[in-house]
Amino acid sequence: MSDLTRLAAEVFPDELVSHFPVRVLDLPNGAGKFALITIDNGFDHTKPNTFGPAGLAELGAAIDTIEALAAAGDIVAAGVTGKPFIFAVGADLKGVEKVTDRGHAHAIGKAGHDTFKRLTALSVPTFAFYNGAAMGGGVEIGLACTYRTISTAVPAFSLPECFLGLVPGWGGCVLLPNLIGPDNAVTVIIENALNQNRQLNGPKAFKLGIADALVDSADFLARSLVWAGKVVSGEIVVERPEIDRGAGWDAAVARGRAIADSKVHGASPAPYRALEIIDAARDGDVQAGFDAEDDALADLIMGDELRAGLYSFNLVQKRAKRPAGAPDRKLARPVTKVGVVGAGLMASQLALLFARRLRVPVVLTDIDQERVDKGVGYVHDEVDKLLLRGRVSADAANRLKALVTGSLTKDAFADADFVIEAVFEEMAVKQQVFAEVEAVVSPTCVLATNTSSLSITEMASKLAHPERVVGFHFFNPVAVLPLLEIVRAEQTDDGALATAFAVSKQLKKTSVLVKDAPAFVVNRVLTRFLGEVLAAVDEGTPIEVADNALAPLGLPMSPMVLLELVGPAIAAHVGGTLHGAFPDRFGVSPNLERVVKAGKRSFLTWASGAQEVDPEVVALLEVGDSPSTEEQVRDRALAALADEIDRMLEEGVVAAPQDIDLCMITGAGWPFHLGGITPYLDRAGVTEKTLGKRFLPAGTASVPR
Amino acid sequence: MPRNVRDVVFVDGVRTPFGKAGPKGIYHETRADDLVIACIRELMRRNPSLPPARVDEVAIAATTQIGDQGLTIGRTAALLAGLPREVPGYAIDRMCAGAMTAVTTAAGGIAFGAYDVVVAGGVEHMGRHPMGEGADPNPRIISEQLVDPSALVMGNTAENIHDRFPQLTKERADRFAVGSQEKAAKAYADNLIQPDLVPVAARSVEQGWGLATADEPMRPGTTLEGLAALKTPFRPHGRVTAGNAAGLNDGATACLLAAEDTARELGLPIKMRLVQFAFAGVEPEVMGIGPVPATEKALERAGLSIDDIGLFELNEAFAVQVLSFLDHYKIADDDPRVNKYGGAIAFGHPLASSGVRLMTQLARQFEAHPEVRYGLTSMCIGLGMGGTVIWENPNWTGADADATTAGANSEGNDK
Repeated sequence: MSDLTRLAAEVFPDELVSHFPVRVLDLPNGAGKFALITIDNGFDHTKPNTFGPAGLAELGAAIDTIEALAAAGDIVAAGVTGKPFIFAVGADLKGVEKVTDRGHAHAIGKAGHDTFKRLTALSVPTFAFYNGAAMGGGVEIGLACTYRTISTAVPAFSLPECFLGLVPGWGGCVLLPNLIGPDNAVTVIIENALNQNRQLNGPKAFKLGIADALVDSADFLARSLVWAGKVVSGEIVVERPEIDRGAGWDAAVARGRAIADSKVHGASPAPYRALEIIDAARDGDVQAGFDAEDDALADLIMGDELRAGLYSFNLVQKRAKRPAGAPDRKLARPVTKVGVVGAGLMASQLALLFARRLRVPVVLTDIDQERVDKGVGYVHDEVDKLLLRGRVSADAANRLKALVTGSLTKDAFADADFVIEAVFEEMAVKQQVFAEVEAVVSPTCVLATNTSSLSITEMASKLAHPERVVGFHFFNPVAVLPLLEIVRAEQTDDGALATAFAVSKQLKKTSVLVKDAPAFVVNRVLTRFLGEVLAAVDEGTPIEVADNALAPLGLPMSPMVLLELVGPAIAAHVGGTLHGAFPDRFGVSPNLERVVKAGKRSFLTWASGAQEVDPEVVALLEVGDSPSTEEQVRDRALAALADEIDRMLEEGVVAAPQDIDLCMITGAGWPFHLGGITPYLDRAGVTEKTLGKRFLPAGTASVPR
Repeated sequence: MPRNVRDVVFVDGVRTPFGKAGPKGIYHETRADDLVIACIRELMRRNPSLPPARVDEVAIAATTQIGDQGLTIGRTAALLAGLPREVPGYAIDRMCAGAMTAVTTAAGGIAFGAYDVVVAGGVEHMGRHPMGEGADPNPRIISEQLVDPSALVMGNTAENIHDRFPQLTKERADRFAVGSQEKAAKAYADNLIQPDLVPVAARSVEQGWGLATADEPMRPGTTLEGLAALKTPFRPHGRVTAGNAAGLNDGATACLLAAEDTARELGLPIKMRLVQFAFAGVEPEVMGIGPVPATEKALERAGLSIDDIGLFELNEAFAVQVLSFLDHYKIADDDPRVNKYGGAIAFGHPLASSGVRLMTQLARQFEAHPEVRYGLTSMCIGLGMGGTVIWENPNWTGADADATTAGANSEGNDK
């Protein structure tokens, strides 16, 4: 207990302490007295219950009470439940970021085990009633109990530790596979966690066997207590399936490894540590497993990977919600109608998104009726697909279809408050489009452009009201990638910008404020990095070698796969823009030009069923005779990244390295566990070597040393 | 179009344990609608042969229809209880007789052929909604002396009955109250109450979640001496005390009613058969005598006399108003036919919910007393009303038993 108190004071002074009042109640039908612990931090559901050392000390005191009641024969069972809507969402991670000492790190793991274990060791059966959201340690306190019920309304249930860079270390790795079998445990601990922290809900958790009973939300706790009474009285006997502790266990762990490899490519230690513990847990030696969990937690807490994971978590959970540099929200103007110039694929996707999220009329225009019809038709077809998949109701589908219309003339934009263009990437065309739109719309209508590389200031320069123009740069696929780069041009005013941020929020996008600089953030970073890889190829490095060079980072895709996704032609176009702006750093790859000219869509082919370099592409290339090794390509690409990011920060393209990382995570899918990119560059010493400094101070996304 | 009036039966009734209103009460932090939702769900659980979509109406009473008792509580409670969206609902108010009126009104609809099955019940969270909350009495009530001002305070109306009937002494009221507590304690000991209670999880921010499984207001072991010492809050040296009146309480009830043919079709239990009901008005300042004219009216319409009634469930808003009823019919204060399991003085009286509690308890007694053919539930109502519902016992064993019933009656009267 004194350890906990010390830990609380030294490491978690800001802990939002959860309380654990114990109430003795009568089970229905005369089944006896029951001691119920309620987890409640005293706030409503917007501040979920968490566990820190001070809270664990209170839980320990609650268990003291229950132990005494049980010893005196005053209760027949005990249990734990949460406050309304929330069970508990796990350890308080704010404190974890401050841990600098392995002893403290180890103590955190041990504190949870030592406390939860006492629930398991009680002389009466114990029950967890998962009434609301449960994650991490919240799930694990329930695993320490003899029985569990779960509410049909539990919206989120997970062991997200591996997603952040930890292992479920308060019993999750050991107890879960022994409860629901190793394969289901791998699904929860590895697969869901690494699948962008996918959540279970009440019915799914029940189906996996985590809970013994699924209880309707309307009278969840009362009926759970009725159920508990029947278990205590023997009227209900809980049966759980046999677990295959041999080949089945091996297969489950192997499946977990394959998932980890495909998601983090060995770059994050957490899932592998979790799998080691799961693997060993088959012998049922719980204490040995708990000791292994304590060690894993201590190692991971003292590792930079976890700190990077927490850094990413804070970026997407907090910074994304309050974009740095965004103007006062109150300046935003209402948007009651949207215009989309162009009716091509991108424009149609945007129209669908605007209609779905803003629920206002959206008008598409194009140069001929056929294109307009095709664009509107695309949206209507997509709405039908949503209807078929049950994602929208029939009424909502009718509403959405009615919202999206087409027009040959821009007069239809007259009463629009927000017009976005998604036409051909050429300055003169875009200027012309904006001039035509300005002729019909009100002076305050925001004009947005989805350009990926053109100057927005220049695009606005010929307008009567250039202050209304903003960049609104989506990432493909629009419905999947959360990032929206919102670009402030030289004359953009706060009203237009605030409106853009408000619209972005309604679209449920992660927005980052970006200066009007060539290719903005994501494309500039990716192009610089791809440029180095292509340059290595031009110099004579085999494509396989160059493509494999970045594998240790665990990027979502290799450079050549990325190039295929973007399309060599578009990559060349963006590359051209950047070459025009920064010819020293952004070269033009003659081989890329050859590939584009030959109409090839990739350097790779899957003709044989496996990924291979396309021999036809190899035949097109003219390369030099100074090949690099993988390591050389990697060093060069990473150094270039550090250099480019430093320049972008110098230029003020974004407010801070955090914004670069937020962009790379949400716009390019760069690894959460790397913290995007700057924490990795710092940790790998690239920043120090290239720039003689760090992007982030020690202790931010890293263990303070 | 020719119509046949259909027989209406009481299928099943449940209630929450009743709580004490106020910060120390178990439901202080529990929503009123959640209490009645618990009852509706329990009814559906207890009667699995009833397809939820067969419920034609959900009539829920509350006296103060604002906040968590507002928003057309019959409809919102039905939705929140998980009944199909196709099942409609409405809110109803007749103060203390809310649930009773929900039953009679919905029963009228069944008899008429508009419904086959209904849920009827009531809820009152007097802690969250004190009596008269938000009320705005018309000033003419005072200026034109339409109603004695004492009529608006129920305790004063009970004192007024003591004035009117001097033979109804405080001592008799206290003795009746002690009897109510004793009968209730015995009914609990015999497990006659608990089977119709639905346990309710009730939260307290400070103490955590609790579970209500028994009535909180009960005071077993109450003595005459103890009651004699209580204050008389409505008058100096008055007669009405917290001990010989129902308290301020939180709770909810609900029952299933059905056309008899539908009940048989669905295999639903038939616990009571509705014979007749009536409501009647009296001077508001002695509202507690309302059950007398209501009972007269109901008996007359049913073609029955008071002697035909073998079991009485009278709501004990105040001991004195029950005694005024008993005196009127020359029934002894401790007649065993009356409130066999105790009454509101022991269990509590969450205004608009109580009517169904009376029925649920009568239904239990019918089961145990096949010799009884008719029973009645009756209650007084604020602003000078009474309501009475007469029920027939489907377990009645026929004319042979009449002698036994009569015997019991006379035995009771002798006491």
